[in-house]
Amino acid sequence: MLDVRDLRIHFQTDDGLVRSVDGVSFTLERGKTLGIVGESGSGKSVTSLGIMGLHTGKNVRISGEIWLDGEELIAAGPGRVRQLRGSKMAMIFQDPLSSLHPYFTIGNQIIEAYRLHNDVSKKVARKHAIDLLGRVGIPEPSARIDDYPHQFSGGMRQRVMIAMALSCDPELLIADEPTTALDVTVQAQILDLISGLQDEFGSAVIIITHDLGVVAELSDDILVMYAGRPAEYGAATDIFARPGHPYTWGLLSSMPRMDRARSERLLPIPGTPPSLISVPSGCPFHPRCAYTGLTGGRCPTEVPPLREVASIGHAAACHLTAEDRTRLWAELSVGKLPDEAAQVDDDVSSPVSDLDALAEAGVAPADPAEAEKEARG
Amino acid sequence: MIFFIIRRLVMTVFLLLLVSLITFAIFFLVPRLAGQTAYQLAAEYVGRNPVPSEIHQMEAKLGLNAPLWLQYGRYIKGIVVGVHYNSGTSTSFCPFPCFGYSFRNQEPVWPQMMSDAPVTLSIAIGAAVLWVVGGVSVGVLSALRKGTLFDRFSMGVALAGVSLPIFFTGLIALELFSYKWPIFPNVHYVGITQNPLSWASNLVLPWVATAFLYSALYARITRAGMLETMGEDYIRTARAKGLPERRVIGKHALRATLTPLVTIFGMDLGLLLGGAILTEVTFSMQGLGAFTIQAINNQDLPEIMGVVMLASFFIVLANMVVDILYTVIDPRVRIV
Repeated sequence: MLDVRDLRIHFQTDDGLVRSVDGVSFTLERGKTLGIVGESGSGKSVTSLGIMGLHTGKNVRISGEIWLDGEELIAAGPGRVRQLRGSKMAMIFQDPLSSLHPYFTIGNQIIEAYRLHNDVSKKVARKHAIDLLGRVGIPEPSARIDDYPHQFSGGMRQRVMIAMALSCDPELLIADEPTTALDVTVQAQILDLISGLQDEFGSAVIIITHDLGVVAELSDDILVMYAGRPAEYGAATDIFARPGHPYTWGLLSSMPRMDRARSERLLPIPGTPPSLISVPSGCPFHPRCAYTGLTGGRCPTEVPPLREVASIGHAAACHLTAEDRTRLWAELSVGKLPDEAAQVDDDVSSPVSDLDALAEAGVAPADPAEAEKEARG
Repeated sequence: MIFFIIRRLVMTVFLLLLVSLITFAIFFLVPRLAGQTAYQLAAEYVGRNPVPSEIHQMEAKLGLNAPLWLQYGRYIKGIVVGVHYNSGTSTSFCPFPCFGYSFRNQEPVWPQMMSDAPVTLSIAIGAAVLWVVGGVSVGVLSALRKGTLFDRFSMGVALAGVSLPIFFTGLIALELFSYKWPIFPNVHYVGITQNPLSWASNLVLPWVATAFLYSALYARITRAGMLETMGEDYIRTARAKGLPERRVIGKHALRATLTPLVTIFGMDLGLLLGGAILTEVTFSMQGLGAFTIQAINNQDLPEIMGVVMLASFFIVLANMVVDILYTVIDPRVRIV
């Protein structure tokens, strides 16, 4: 249904060419959810705005192909893309307060979206809007339709945004960090709502987030982006069970997990995301990667292609060999520090390859203090 | 809403009372403290080469010997309901709203101001329409074509407009369009009731000269506001809905940009209604601004005070209207 091929979005700025998105490809079927994960500046939002055709301006260069339901969007005229926006593809944003117009009632804003793409009377549109508000869980929708955004709580506002996005029954819904600006207690409700409505409407959903927890809950597929490029792409189950890229390992280790001992330390990824004007040579992640010593100097010089790892449809852009990858992740998941795991260790002669063993290793509590001592020692 | 308006009205009245107290103190208390006697003040009312008996009569009639707070009370009473003056031999009534008598001709101040007010009103309202329409549309177009020749040119003109005073642009306009090419010859004020067409054609140059200054300012403010608004998240939402750019700008962006402009507009119009001094003087029209200048030149304290009161009334009123309007145009402004 949605097929993105080698999407590149570059911005010409006074400081140089910003390669915000540099060769991203993925496909998404109806009723499925893709999670795009990455740090700030990894190009995930730019990708989604690119699909929506919202990058206008003279300084932007977009290449590649975006096929939505058999129609290519990059070559299509802006008028056609505008028609598709809101009707076939819709988007919800991070901050629902600033994303809703403060001077118009929510009813006005939903009705506007609906009537733009459907030739119906105001009365019919209003009924539809009330119905939608009810479906996204706004109590007393017929009374609240005439309220202004500031009269709603954050979670309710995001529900309004969702109602507006779904007003024309889009085939593709893009949710850009839909829960980031919300209270933790409300986040789960909104995610449940999105996934419930997805079942109901049958839309394909792209969920963009830096929060792997969100992705774990909703996604069928995951695309991990780094510096505008895909680092890892595959089924969510595969990526959580056998992540194939050191960046993904970093993301997973920096996230608190219910199945780990409480004393275990969260490991931040060292360094900061690179400037997209001067992306590091070779693998863009190599300056922050602990395992560059294992690839015979290829990391800083050679751009790793996205290659299939472990299972079909699961690919990672990394020079590490399959054996190293498996061994390193096994050690990381038992609580070893990245530096330590990177040591070529003779003891680990038989890499753990069994999925169950991995899972077991994952739940085994480890003592990070001791691990740290060893590492220093 | 009703309570809000009533409360604002009450506050407005208090504010005006305060203004009157301060101006009264400046014009009557300060000279008194500096040693001016009631006799000297009364002499101002009597004209040139007065006879002492006339002065004493005036002193008695206006009650200038009374304590100042009583005089102030009389002043306020005059404004609210009118006031009787009793010189012993004759009584006269200064009807509501009485701002006292001017030194110059011993006539009540209010009717004199009122005869000049239509001129100022005509200039201000006409110019306001021009500058809002002109300034806002140039500002919007400039913002949408940021960096283009149009933007640079119009912002350059706007900078000139902000910098050039009306007595410069006005004189240039008069020279060009009244003398060199007499499209609007012999500019003078004609009452709208006398001849609406002549009223309008005579006011074209004052309107344009006044509006030029203000529209330059409004164009710059609108442009800056539009550029800021266009970067807002809700504009992105409007585009994500699939709205055509025309609607995104004309409805979503303009609505948000215009709201703060209402405040500035209220203040500017209120200020102008109290006397378009430069325009009136430049085009030799006898409005409140010209009246003010003459009052100052003549050191005619009652006239100056009347003009100050009227001008502050317009400004306070404009503020109140803006406040009330805000509750209508900005739903986030809550009325408690």
